[in-house]
Amino acid sequence: MKMCFFHLMPYGYLPDDFDKQYHSVWVDAPNSLFDPKKGTQLYNDYLDELEFAEEMGFDGLCVNEHHYNAYGLMPSPNLMASAMTRRTSKAAIIVLGNSLALYNPPVRVAEEFAMLDVLSGGRFVAGFPLGTSQDTVFGYGEVPVTLREKYNEAHDLVIKAWTEREPFAFNGKYTQLRYVNIWPRPYQEPHPPIWVPGSGSLETWDWTIEHDYVYCYLSYSGYKVGKTVLDGFWEEMDNRGKEFNPYHAGFLQLVAVSETDSQVEEYKDYIEYFFKKCLHVPGGFANAPGYRTIRSINSGVSTQIVESRREQSTDFTWKDYVDAGNVIVGSPESVRQELTQAIKELRVGNLMLLLHFGDMPKEMTMKNTELFAKEVMPYVRDIWSEYETRWWPQTMEA
Amino acid sequence: MPPETLNISMQNGMFQAEVLRAGQGEPLIYLHGAAGHKGWAPFLDRLAEQFTVYAPYIPGYSNSTGLEYLEDVLDLTLYHLELMDALELDRAHLAGHFLGGMIAAEMAALSPGYVDRLVLIAPAGLWRDDAPVADFLAMNSAELQECLWASGSADGTISAEDMAAGERAMELLSPERVQDLTSAGKFLWPIPDRGFKRRAYRIKAPSLIVWGQDDRLVSQVYANDFARLISGSKVEVFPDAGHLIMLEQSDALAGTISQFLKG
Repeated sequence: MKMCFFHLMPYGYLPDDFDKQYHSVWVDAPNSLFDPKKGTQLYNDYLDELEFAEEMGFDGLCVNEHHYNAYGLMPSPNLMASAMTRRTSKAAIIVLGNSLALYNPPVRVAEEFAMLDVLSGGRFVAGFPLGTSQDTVFGYGEVPVTLREKYNEAHDLVIKAWTEREPFAFNGKYTQLRYVNIWPRPYQEPHPPIWVPGSGSLETWDWTIEHDYVYCYLSYSGYKVGKTVLDGFWEEMDNRGKEFNPYHAGFLQLVAVSETDSQVEEYKDYIEYFFKKCLHVPGGFANAPGYRTIRSINSGVSTQIVESRREQSTDFTWKDYVDAGNVIVGSPESVRQELTQAIKELRVGNLMLLLHFGDMPKEMTMKNTELFAKEVMPYVRDIWSEYETRWWPQTMEA
Repeated sequence: MPPETLNISMQNGMFQAEVLRAGQGEPLIYLHGAAGHKGWAPFLDRLAEQFTVYAPYIPGYSNSTGLEYLEDVLDLTLYHLELMDALELDRAHLAGHFLGGMIAAEMAALSPGYVDRLVLIAPAGLWRDDAPVADFLAMNSAELQECLWASGSADGTISAEDMAAGERAMELLSPERVQDLTSAGKFLWPIPDRGFKRRAYRIKAPSLIVWGQDDRLVSQVYANDFARLISGSKVEVFPDAGHLIMLEQSDALAGTISQFLKG
C-alpha cells in the first residue's frame, strides 16, 4: 500500500448557521467571512500537519486545487507543495492537481510542475484533474461542453513540453504558441508519474486507462458509495483487457482514530462541520449542463453520487455519516478492520487519508495522524505486497 | 395546424438541421431560446396564418446536429445563413427569442441583405453589471421556473401535459435540460456578450425589440440598450409578461409581430 496524507485546508471559522444562511460554500460564499489573520494561522498549522505526517511515516503528501472555496483554501496547491519541498525529504509531494484547462497557456503547469520536481529532487507526482464544475465552469468561466477537449489538448502540450528536448511550435485549437521550450525540465525521466482525480465520468475512465495513468476517486462519499465507482473503473479496465494492478487506482477516505471505541465522539463536531458546512453545495453548481456527458449521466454513477449527497445534507448526524461509510472511526483495532475491508473491496493500492477535516484543531489532527500512523498503518501496509507500482517517483524506489 | 418537419443536410452531412414549417405567405424564420420553449408553439400557429413560418432547432437541440463544429458565435451565425441558403430563402423576416434573438441580430448585422424585418424577443447578446443576466446554468427546476415566468403559467394555450413535461425537462440531470443548456452554454456562458455591440451598426432591417416587463432571466432594461445600438428600431414592452412571453401572451405577441412585419 501507498499511504498518503491528504489535506484540503478548509476554513474552520464558518458561522454556526452557515448552511442555513448561505447559498453555497463554494463559488458564491462571500469572502467577508474569511479572516486573513485566522488564515495565516491555519496555513501554518496545516503545513505543520503535512510535515508531521512525513515524520510519522506517510509515503506521500497530497494537496489539491479549488477556487472560491471555503473548504479548500488552495487556489494554487503548487505554492503549498513548494513550501513542503523545503521541510520534507522523504515523502512524495503529490499535487492533485492542476486543472489544465484553466491555465493560459497550459505550459505554465508544465513549468511549475517541473520546478516542483526539480526542487524536490524528483519526489513529485503530477495530478491532472479535469476540474470540478464549480471550479472550472462557475469559478473560472469555462464553457462546459468544450472543457474536456481543452483539457485534453492542454495535456498533450504539457507532455510534449516535458519530453521534447528542442524548442517546438504548438498549433492547437485552444493554445497557439510559436515557441515552447520550458526551463527547467522535470527531474524524473521522462516526466513525473501522473494521477488523474475523477468523479465517475466515463470519459475520465476511458482517457486515464488509455494513457495508463492512475485513476483517483476523490470523493467524500466514503468507501461504500466509492465501491460503485471503483467497480466501474475495474470493469472498464477488464473490458479493455488491461492487467489488474491495485496501484492503478487511488481512493480518498476520511478516518478518525481514538484510543478506544467509546472515545470516538470526540470527532463529532468536526465530522458535522465538514459534511454540513464544507459540503454545502447546491446541485446546480456541481452539474453545469455539458460538464458531464449524457452518456455519463445515463451510466447512473454520477446520479448516484448526487443523490447520496442530497440525502446527507438533511438531518444526518455524525453517526449517520459513520454508518454510511463517509468516515471510518473507532479504536485502532476497529479502524484496522474496517479499513482493511474497504481497501480489499475497492481494490486500491493508493490510499489518501483525510485525517484533518472540517474545523479540527491542530492537536486533534496530530493525535489522529499519530494514532493512524503507529496503530493502523503497519497493519494495512502489506496489503497488495505482491504487486509493484509503476506510478511512484522512481527516484524514491531505488 | 401541425407543422411539417424538414430534415436538411448541410456541408456533406456535417450538420443535420431539423426545421419545422407551416403556413403561407412571406417567409419568417423563428429561432428559439435557450430553455423552456423550443420547437413549435401556439403563437407560431397564429403567425403561420399570415407567414410561412420556419422554426429550426438550433444545433444541439432536438435532432439538429453539428454543435461540435460550431466554435463561436461567428460559426453559429454563418451556419444559420447557410441554412437559409439550404432552404432556398434569399430573404426572410427573422424573429428570435433570447439565444435565438442573439443569432437573428448577428445574422442581420453580418448579412443585412438576407433580412427583411427583424424581431428580437428578450434577446441575449449584451451585458450590464447593474442588471446581470440570470445564471441559468446553475439553476434547479424551481429556480428556473421562477425565473422564466411572470405569471407562473401559460395563457391556456399550452396543455397541462405539455407544461408538466416542460417542468420535468428542467430537472437537474434530465437529458433534455442537459442537452439544451449544453448548447446554450457554448454561446452564452459565462457572459453572453460576444461583441454584438461592435457589429450592430450594420443592421439595416427595420427592427422591433420586444420584452416582457417582468422578465427575470434577462431584464427589460436591456431593451433600450439594443434600441440604441440598432438604428431606427422600436421597443415594445409587454406588461405582466416574463421571459416566456410567447407562452404567457401568445395571442398578443403574435398580433404585435404580425403587425410589425406587415409594415
